Amino acid sequence: MSVPTGPRIITSRFDVADGHTYAGYVRTGGYASLRKAVSSMTPQQVHDEVKAAEIQGRGGAGFPAGTKWGFLPAGVHPRYLVINGDESEPGTYKDRLLMERDPHQLIEGIVIACYALNAAQAFLYVRGEMAHAQERLAQALNDAYANNMVGKNICGSNFSVDITLTWGAGAYIVGEETALIESLEGERGMPRLKPPFFPAVKGLYMQPTIVNNVETLANVPYIVGRGGGDFKAIGAPTSTGMRMFAVSGHVNTPGVFEVPNGVTTFRMLFEAPEYCGGIRNGGSIKAFIPGGASAMWFFPEHLDMALDKPTVDKAGSMLGSGAIVAMDQTTDMVAACWRIVRFFARESCGKCTPCREGTTWLERVLKRILDGHGRPEDIDLLFEVSESISPGIAWPPRQTTICPLGPSAVSPIASAVRRFRHEFEHYIEHGRPIDGVESPFATHLASHA
Amino acid sequence: MSRLTDERVATAREIIGRFPRKKSALIPLLHLAQEQDGYVAQDAMVHIAELLELAPAEVYGTASFYEMFKFHPVGKYCINICTNISCQLVGAWNLLHHAEERLGIKSGGTTDDGMFTIEDVECIAACTEAPALQVNYRYRYKVTPESFDALITELESGKLTDEVPPHGTLASVRQTTTQAWSNRGVQEQAQVDAR
Amino acid sequence: MTDTAAPKTTVSLTVDGRAVEAKPGELLITACEQSGSFVPHFCYHPRMSPVGMCRQCIVEVDGPRGKSLVVSCMTPVAEGQVVSTTSEPAKRAQEGVLELLLANHPLDCPVCDKGGECPLQDQAFSHGPGESRYVEEKRHYEKPIPISDLVFLDRERCILCDRCTRFAGEVAGDPLISFTSRGNNTQVMTFPDEPFSSYFSGNTVQICPVGALTASAYRFKARPWDLEQVESTCTSCSVGCRTVVQSSRDELVRYQGVDIESVNWGWLCDRGRFNFESVNSKNRVHAPLMRKDGALAETTWSNALDAAGRILRTVLNDKGPDAVGIIGGARGTNEDAFAWAKLADTLGIAARDAQLGDGLPAEVFALPQATIAETCASPTVILLAPDVKEELPVLYLRLRDAAEKRTTRIIEVSPYATGLSKYAWKSVRHDPGDQPRIVGELLATPEIAEQLSRGAVTVVMGRGNLAESPEFTLLATGAVLTAVPTARVLPVVRRGNVRGAVTAGMTPQRPDADTNAILSAAAAGKVECLVLVGADPVSDVPDADLVRRAFASVKHVIAVDTFITESARHAEVLLPASAYGEKVGTTTNCEGRVSDVAQKITTAGTARPDWMIAAELALELGGDLGISSFGELHDAMTTSVAAFVPAAEAKAVRREGVVVAHPTPVRITAAPRSAAPRLTHQFRLHVARVMYDRAVSTSESPSLAPLAREAAVHMNSVDAQRLGAREGADVRLAANGSAVVLPLKVDDAVSRGVVFVPFNQHGSDIRQLIRHDVPVTDVVVEVI
Ligand SMILES: Cc1cc2nc3c(=O)[nH]c(=O)nc-3n(C[C@H](O)[C@H](O)[C@H](O)COP(=O)(O)O)c2cc1C
Ligand code: SF4
Ligand code: FES
Repeated sequence: MSVPTGPRIITSRFDVADGHTYAGYVRTGGYASLRKAVSSMTPQQVHDEVKAAEIQGRGGAGFPAGTKWGFLPAGVHPRYLVINGDESEPGTYKDRLLMERDPHQLIEGIVIACYALNAAQAFLYVRGEMAHAQERLAQALNDAYANNMVGKNICGSNFSVDITLTWGAGAYIVGEETALIESLEGERGMPRLKPPFFPAVKGLYMQPTIVNNVETLANVPYIVGRGGGDFKAIGAPTSTGMRMFAVSGHVNTPGVFEVPNGVTTFRMLFEAPEYCGGIRNGGSIKAFIPGGASAMWFFPEHLDMALDKPTVDKAGSMLGSGAIVAMDQTTDMVAACWRIVRFFARESCGKCTPCREGTTWLERVLKRILDGHGRPEDIDLLFEVSESISPGIAWPPRQTTICPLGPSAVSPIASAVRRFRHEFEHYIEHGRPIDGVESPFATHLASHA
Repeated sequence: MSRLTDERVATAREIIGRFPRKKSALIPLLHLAQEQDGYVAQDAMVHIAELLELAPAEVYGTASFYEMFKFHPVGKYCINICTNISCQLVGAWNLLHHAEERLGIKSGGTTDDGMFTIEDVECIAACTEAPALQVNYRYRYKVTPESFDALITELESGKLTDEVPPHGTLASVRQTTTQAWSNRGVQEQAQVDAR
Repeated sequence: MTDTAAPKTTVSLTVDGRAVEAKPGELLITACEQSGSFVPHFCYHPRMSPVGMCRQCIVEVDGPRGKSLVVSCMTPVAEGQVVSTTSEPAKRAQEGVLELLLANHPLDCPVCDKGGECPLQDQAFSHGPGESRYVEEKRHYEKPIPISDLVFLDRERCILCDRCTRFAGEVAGDPLISFTSRGNNTQVMTFPDEPFSSYFSGNTVQICPVGALTASAYRFKARPWDLEQVESTCTSCSVGCRTVVQSSRDELVRYQGVDIESVNWGWLCDRGRFNFESVNSKNRVHAPLMRKDGALAETTWSNALDAAGRILRTVLNDKGPDAVGIIGGARGTNEDAFAWAKLADTLGIAARDAQLGDGLPAEVFALPQATIAETCASPTVILLAPDVKEELPVLYLRLRDAAEKRTTRIIEVSPYATGLSKYAWKSVRHDPGDQPRIVGELLATPEIAEQLSRGAVTVVMGRGNLAESPEFTLLATGAVLTAVPTARVLPVVRRGNVRGAVTAGMTPQRPDADTNAILSAAAAGKVECLVLVGADPVSDVPDADLVRRAFASVKHVIAVDTFITESARHAEVLLPASAYGEKVGTTTNCEGRVSDVAQKITTAGTARPDWMIAAELALELGGDLGISSFGELHDAMTTSVAAFVPAAEAKAVRREGVVVAHPTPVRITAAPRSAAPRLTHQFRLHVARVMYDRAVSTSESPSLAPLAREAAVHMNSVDAQRLGAREGADVRLAANGSAVVLPLKVDDAVSRGVVFVPFNQHGSDIRQLIRHDVPVTDVVVEVI
């Protein structure tokens, strides 16, 4: 991972060698915001700063955190904060870094948030496969407890909070907030229908619960330290602050970058030397995914669009989890489409009929096309099945399902088939990709034949 | 194979104590079982059911939802090769193919000596370092056929024992702070009232 | 809105263009259906919490934020909603879901039990897209696998609606089946080596919307279009669940639960559901039998009635009416019992009893009564009863539900942990015979007193221990009724129609004329003729020694039964009786609810209903009961028995039935008193029934018979250790001059100092140790 120079908020300690330790964290200004909050601010004042910052959630949906916190019904206790560290959206790579490299920043954000929410307990749910992040967080929590930054009477105040570190065991859907809650309750991670189960009102153990993404909370110490206004001054008026983007795929120097919201463009991320330095081998971009595998794809004409939530939403996609995947002109679009659909088919929780049956069906049809057994009617069939999962096939999706996972499987189909229909037709007719495009598993398939 | 050892039962009780409801400890306890045997044994699930006052079917129902839990022995080293989009774009399938040839097994299989299992997995959050893999959930970035072979040699020779514990062991550091969970709601309310 | 405006108690919405009023909080699917718009659905079931899983019930709602597709099974009604169940988008979605549900479905309808009555099949016709475009390979699983002794699972047919799994966890409290794996591999499974051995497993077969779950007792027996059916009431126990009795080619093939609000909510227990097999048993008595050369041989009805009449006439003439005792009546209808009571009245026979020394004095029905619904709505329920899960299984479901909803607190006082203990707010153990003292202590604690002040208190009372006099439970109940004068009781009695038989007059007409007294008199040579009306005292009366002596001395036994039971073996004349499903009538459940039982099939052989046999015997004996048809009998009963007057209208006893009250309420006035404590080296014996035993309805049902266990003595692990007895070791139990040897089962559900032996299982007979006139049974236990 390369880190560009320039002002950074949450990645500022990434190049401090001991930034992840308690000593390193405190030496670089850590826990000052927490001290400030519990000693000189009321919970309401803390909440007001987060509201003023207008920070949008970084987990995917981009809902303003301050507003969400306001949904907790007054006087209902116990209430919980749940931290979503399940990062599994293909292309997404940022929460893991925040947990591994600056665990105390997250812990500080959690404790401040609990203070604002009047919650006495938080559950930090980390993706199961992230062993190193779990270790770093466990160590940081033990140290933070030892130094009275978590636990009883924090920093000598009358505020107490506990953080329970726990982790999953491999299921993408558990990143969805209600599925995460089910998983935390020891259940199969199957989402709950919203309504009636809005977590802020009926969440963990049917008590009021706020679910926030790791990156969202990692920003909280800065917001409280500098004030919501300062934070809001960074980025675009409609998308405040800095945000982390992971740029992967066919670029020269893939990496994770913290950039101000809105001020830059996708083109800049791909082309500027301090970021990705252009498309590999001097090639050109054929398509890119702006916000994780669930998002509708963008094409060269979108390169100059600002990295700003409303702008990207309006263009029919989303910034989602800040995952940008670049595909150059050699990309096999049928294979790319299939791979993403296969992901959703494998990760469907199985609760909703359209998602459970539909995503698998889509995957089978695409695989058949890839294997050279496509039929001309398959292209219409792909759209018909998609229509049964996501009526209207657009983003944000209308859905016949509980959660957006099923409809997400439709995004790559809608994107790739609409734009590159000839590549699908070519596969159906000739059983191989069009000229100039490389099948990603030429050798792999040969060995299975 | 086996029920949890006494020592692990003690750890289990500590973990259970951190949650307001026992069942919440289910996934952590399944990890504990997997750490003990390298997979989640049937007897271990029965034992966990006892500890959490559940029916074994509930334990298995939850456990089988999650990909990391194995119900049969797997290799000492489980090598998960990501083939999702970012990795596919830069050669993940070739890497998987190479791995299969090198170890003489197909994805999902285990070598006869019980050393290695290979799996083709979904995105592991290392997309900018593609193609990426995990061996027992420890990362390897920008893996080439050569670096893959080197990894196998190192694992075989035992050079990586410290860095890569046997399959089942996740975090080598645990949270040790204990928390008592009675009347949290009342305490919270009191704190709110006091302010 | 002004202060004076009455708050609106309904929600107004529009469904498919019609104005609809719904209850606040009601689900759209209910409102739609009540307004006449059927919404296709699979996962939704009105008696379970909605999960919104199948997505079939999608409708289009026009609300404040525009039109949207919602699942009607999880969306509550809202004021002003405009709902369309058939708009283009709604229909497109419904068709889409159906096509997807069918994608992996094997479509083996021609060989599927459900074919012809399958919601998936029906809705595929009515709401489906017509043709499947799915050409990929379907999911494959091993074809039906047994998941219990009674139920098979075909995972290829399963549409993953979560009904069976929800039922198991949420309704039955037996989460032994669960979804496993994920996504397209999701399947319903048990834990390896841990079958779905729930007492309620058959309900999952009934609510499965496809043929994924099938019952071994019904598989391939009939096709839905060959089925005939009639509504009835189950009489397997005194809960009286509403059922549908189905037959094919004049043979019973299936019972299904019917949802009535007051009793069973659609559920049945497996014993009640599957014991129809016993009606079809080859071992049924098809013709009258008479003893000839020491063996029972077939004869004609006129010979048999003639012989029975002769015996009775001789004994009555020679020794008078006190030399005859009639035992039974609880397995038949109210009308059966009434006819027999009338016959006894005509002949002056006072010694008659529908209970078998294992029940409660009839006065419990005269205590202030609570219905099942009232019980489950009480903030406090005090359980002084047998293990309800074992004996009145569907009442267990209702009580469990009330406890789980946290609307009812159960206080249980029992010698061992029962099925309800883990749902009880307080579960207190006591030594047999010590219940009055323990209840007294409980009532004196401030916490309990506070709880009892929170509204209605109901005592669920029954004969928990067959090795203990019923007086202790009666006294304990009396203590509660004294402390809480508004408290009421729900008497949970053994056998389907005890309450009806007692109400109809099959109850002792003098204080010393109950079953134990009749048997004692028989043993003493005073009773010369025993008439058994569907009763098997040799198997059922707790005091086995008394029965043995009685049957050794009595001169004549006349039996009316469906099988040659242990008792019927002693008969001189055995008159074959019609069984359940072979006769009409009414029955009375434990709460006094009278409802109808229906005839569905022709009776076995020449068997006749009990009432007809009574009427014929009366004629033999020169009397006339004045009844020649069932209608006349029913009318006579509902006019002459005060309690049955409300049940006069035949219509009134259908479906929910009518609750009849005892006309003359009584109070328990005796002061609470416990048995003397046991000696420290002894154990106090607790004997109770469990769901499956050697009762004929179980042992003659091939599906259920294997479920009866081997007899064993259950003992707390601490006691077992102290005795040095290991699991399975033979132990000798001695009391009252008798002894039996049984294998040991270590069981911490039993409290210390108590040994529990399930009643009527295969193996040594614990009843050898029980004496009806010894209030508690203290045993010496030795390992051999
Ligand atoms: C299928 C699916 C997967 C998701 N995965 C994640 C995830 O891995 N991490 C995450 O933070 N949010 C994820 N989300 C979003 C969460 O549901 C939730 O909106 C988020 O955690 C809220 O945090 P935020 O408001 O701070 O963004 C996912 C949502 C869906 C529908
Ligand atoms: S849409 Fe898919 S992942 Fe989401 S709840 Fe439904 S089945 Fe599960
Ligand atoms: S009946 Fe509503 S989703 Fe299944």
